[in-house]
Parts: sequence; structure tokens; C-alpha cells
Amino acid sequence: MQNQCDTSTVDMAQVAAIAARYKNEPDQLMRILLEIQSVCGNAIPREAATVISSVTGIPEVEIYGFITFYAMLSDKPRGQYIIRMCKSAPCHIVGAREVAQAICDCLGIAPGETTADGLFTLEFCECIGLCDTAPAIMINDAVYTNLTPQSAVSLIRAYQQGGVC
Amino acid sequence: MQETRIALRFVGQYDTACVNEYCALGGYSGLRKALAMDKNAIIQEVNASGLRGCGGAGFPVGRKWEMVAAAEGGNKFVVCNADEGEPATNKDRVIMAGDPHSLIEGMAIAGYVVGASKGYIYLRYEYPYIFPVLENAIRDARAAGFLGDHIFGSDFSFDISVVSGGGAYVCGEETALLESIEGKRGEPRFKPPYPGTSGLYGCPTLINNVESLVTIPPIVLNGGAWYESFGLGEHHGTKIFTLSGNLVNRGVFEFPRGTNLRQLIYEVGGGCPGGRQLQGVQTGGASGNIINANMIDIPLDIDDCSAAGATFGAGDIMVFDDSKDVLEIVENLMEFFSHESCGKCTPCREGNTRLLQLIRKIRNGEGTLADLDTLEDLSETMMDCSLCGLGQASPSPVVSTLRNFRNDYLSKIEGGLK
Repeated sequence: MQNQCDTSTVDMAQVAAIAARYKNEPDQLMRILLEIQSVCGNAIPREAATVISSVTGIPEVEIYGFITFYAMLSDKPRGQYIIRMCKSAPCHIVGAREVAQAICDCLGIAPGETTADGLFTLEFCECIGLCDTAPAIMINDAVYTNLTPQSAVSLIRAYQQGGVC
Repeated sequence: MQETRIALRFVGQYDTACVNEYCALGGYSGLRKALAMDKNAIIQEVNASGLRGCGGAGFPVGRKWEMVAAAEGGNKFVVCNADEGEPATNKDRVIMAGDPHSLIEGMAIAGYVVGASKGYIYLRYEYPYIFPVLENAIRDARAAGFLGDHIFGSDFSFDISVVSGGGAYVCGEETALLESIEGKRGEPRFKPPYPGTSGLYGCPTLINNVESLVTIPPIVLNGGAWYESFGLGEHHGTKIFTLSGNLVNRGVFEFPRGTNLRQLIYEVGGGCPGGRQLQGVQTGGASGNIINANMIDIPLDIDDCSAAGATFGAGDIMVFDDSKDVLEIVENLMEFFSHESCGKCTPCREGNTRLLQLIRKIRNGEGTLADLDTLEDLSETMMDCSLCGLGQASPSPVVSTLRNFRNDYLSKIEGGLK
């Protein structure tokens, strides 16, 4: 996958409509960007940021600064499913590294990469608040806990076969 | 060991999609009672309860309320810090998923006391499944007249919005959190001014943790002395503890403050699985002190933990067994802080990276005894000079292991172990 977002499928009118809900309410910015990200292939491409800027009046550079500050926002294209593998200490000491390695091996990609079919992006992330059921990962908004390398691979296989959505 | 559930009292006791079930348990009667009370009388009860902030800093809740109530300014806010990002803590998730109405009720009481009409819950992005629970509960509370205009026919109006975090640990720091709500990068502000006088949009703002707020309704209903009495000995009230790591039983449990850490680890946590022995405990989350197995006879409360060289934090207890490499855990923790430092101030931005480099150097067998002094010097500088709690506390794992696991360092340094 290229480092540029493919914006051919992004509906800029939809981006503008979501951004129009901003109405000078700064406390809505995060939510609006998250929503725009979800309709732009899990990323906020430059073109979308330009639209957001013109609709909200927030300078593009500030939008970029905002996006790049927060781990959950991305200006780089990502897959349909973002697999977030917690590597914080409570997960780490009960086997998170082995779970992460099994997922990397299963998908044939390293953390930070996206599968060639655009289905999965693999990310290491910090604590997702599932410490008492570690090791844990999130796939988009769904959480999976008490994982083993074997159960993690079964889970990924289920997603690949469309068995989870 | 029997739990004493105050903050967790209604978790799992009602269908969160049904506000009537919450009311049937006595829900919103704390708010009803509060609105008929004098505001100062409520503050007196909160002070009498001895309740201290449950997010980690431990500031007396009643005193914070007093300050915001007394602050000048027509527009005030109540903000719930639900950005539970400290590794080894997940108690607030359990509260919000299982009892959202107690949080709403606690926030409304806080709003009444300090004179705010608007509340925000800043919820970390990593809990996407909590958003609908909170938003549905807020909608139901509004429909039932527990939020909105003229609550219970009084002059008091209050409403709550949920704001999403973006996956930044530093936003758990109260001023970074406010910046984030304001649609900015979550970089901490200089203090003073404190949020109590100049917070959200420059207005006086009360910021409390989820656990602190859900403890308020029962204190209003039953009195401060009632809550205070649950603590063991000189301790006040209860606290939720998150048990994680190498334990047979992990989870979220509420016990009287003053409960012994050893009892919690063995009687509740069941000790280490697989016949392993306890090697150490990180107390107070990723930014807390790591203590060794000989140090665990500690009454769990803020001051006792500090005096014993541990950290109380938000009641985070992460246990590791004797198969673990302590320095590897420290390396993992410093990777976390290097990643999560916002970069605004130099001691934190540079310091965490340098601590990580030194730990890696020592782990690789390339360390010297002088590196241990550098670790201590650098840690001291960070603790003294960092802008916010992140850089002030992040050296704790390094400093505490240099003290409590010194041989683990020395054994990796040539000529270190005599």
C-alpha cells in the first residue's frame, strides 16, 4: 500500500457534512475527526483535512498537529481492521510478546504495516485497560482478552474468513 | 476476604439500559437529598468522609470542592476524568460499564455544590464500548428529569456531554485533559493557575476521577462518618484495587483502606500461578515504585505506601513472579514513557529516552557503575524539573529498582557484583 491515502473512494461531500457539525464547538473536534476517519478508510487524508479546514475555519496545520498528536488518529492509510496489540507491562509480563509474534507470523507483516489485501493493519499500542484479563488486543472496537498465541491466530483466521464483523 | 463494596455497590446490580432499575436500588435519591441540602453542608459531609481523589493524586475531594465552589466566575464546569490510561488500572472501566448512573448522579451533585451547569466525561478512546453505555444512560437520565433544566423542580440545571480521548496517556493529566476537550493537542499547562480557578475555557473547573464521583451519592445519603468508618484503624473509607500480572486471581476488588498488601496478593489474588514465587510488585501503576517480595507488609493507603517506599496511585497492583527479568520490565515501562511523553518539556522528553537508552545499555552488558549514578541523577532532575506528573513520576520504576533490586543491575555490570 502506498504512503498516500487513496482518496478516490472518499466522499468529500460526506466529509464536509460531518465537519459542518463542528459549529465552533472545540469539544466536538475529536469526535468529528474520528467520524471522518471512519468514513475515509481509517485515516484522515490530506484532501479531507483541507475540506475540514475550509468548513471549520481551523487552520490545516492545526488539524495536522491534532491528528499526529493522538495515537488513534492517523494521516496514513490503514486497513479495514486495525489490530491493536497492547504491549504495556501488565500484558507484557503475562505473554503479550508471544501473542504479538504469533499474530505477526500469521499475517506475515510487522507492527506498523498493512496486509497487501488492505484488510489488516497491525499496531502495537499502550495500555487498553484490560490489565486484569491480559494479554489483550483490540480489533477495531472489539476487545479480546486472556489470549494465547493459539487463540490469537484462531481469532485472526476467523476475521480473514469473514466470521467476525 | 470479603469485599466492602461502596464505589462498586451497584456494578452488575441493574440493567444499565434501564434507569428505573437504578432508581429501584435507591438511585438518584442522593441527588434528590442533595438538592434539598445546603451546599456547605454537603461539603462538610464529603470532608468528614475523608475521601481522597481516587485517580492517583489523592487530593482531598471535599477541599477541592470547596475551592471550586468559592472560585469567582459565573460559568463553571465539572469534568470527570475517565481517561484511565495508567497501565495496571482498569477499575473505572468496570464502574462505567456496570453502573453509569452513579457517575451521572455524582457529577450532578458535584455540579450543584460548586455551581456548575455543564459537565463533561472525558472518556479514553480505548473504551469505545463504554460510549454507548454512558450516552444511553445520560439520555435516559435526561428523559427521567435527573439531568436537564430544573432537576427535581429545583433551580438547579445540569447536563453532561461525553468527550472522546484520542489515545494519549498524558491526557490523564488534568490540564492536558482540558486542552484536549478544547480541541487541542493534549499538552499540559503550567500550574498555577490550577483548574479550580482557571480550568476549561479559563473557567473554574472541578476535575474528579470516576471512582471519586460514584462514591459521592452514598456519602450524601448516609453521611461522611458512615463512609469514613469503613476504613481499617486510622484509615478512611474504601478503595478499589486492580490486581494484575502473575496472580491466580486477577480482577477489580474493593476493600477498606488500610488493608494489607500481602493479604491482597495471597488471599484475594491467590499468589503466583504455576508454583512460582513472588519476586516483586509494581504499586501505583506504570509510574509507581517497584518493591521486592520482602516489602509487601504495607497497609494500603496513600501515606503508608509512600512511607514504605511503595506508591498507592489508583490502587494498582501488578505482581511479577521469580521467572521475570526485572530490568526487562523496567525497559518495557521506559518504552511506555518515552512513547507517551508529549514532548512539551525537555526533562520528560529527553529524560525518558535517555533512561531507556541506559537501561538497554545495561541489559546488553555494556553498562558501567557510573551509569547507575547517571540513572539516579537524571531521574532526580526529571522528578524536580518536569512540567507535569508524567515526567515527575516516570523515573519511579528506575529509582525504586535501583534501590530494591540493585543486584539485578550489578549482575549485568562487569565487576558490579563483588
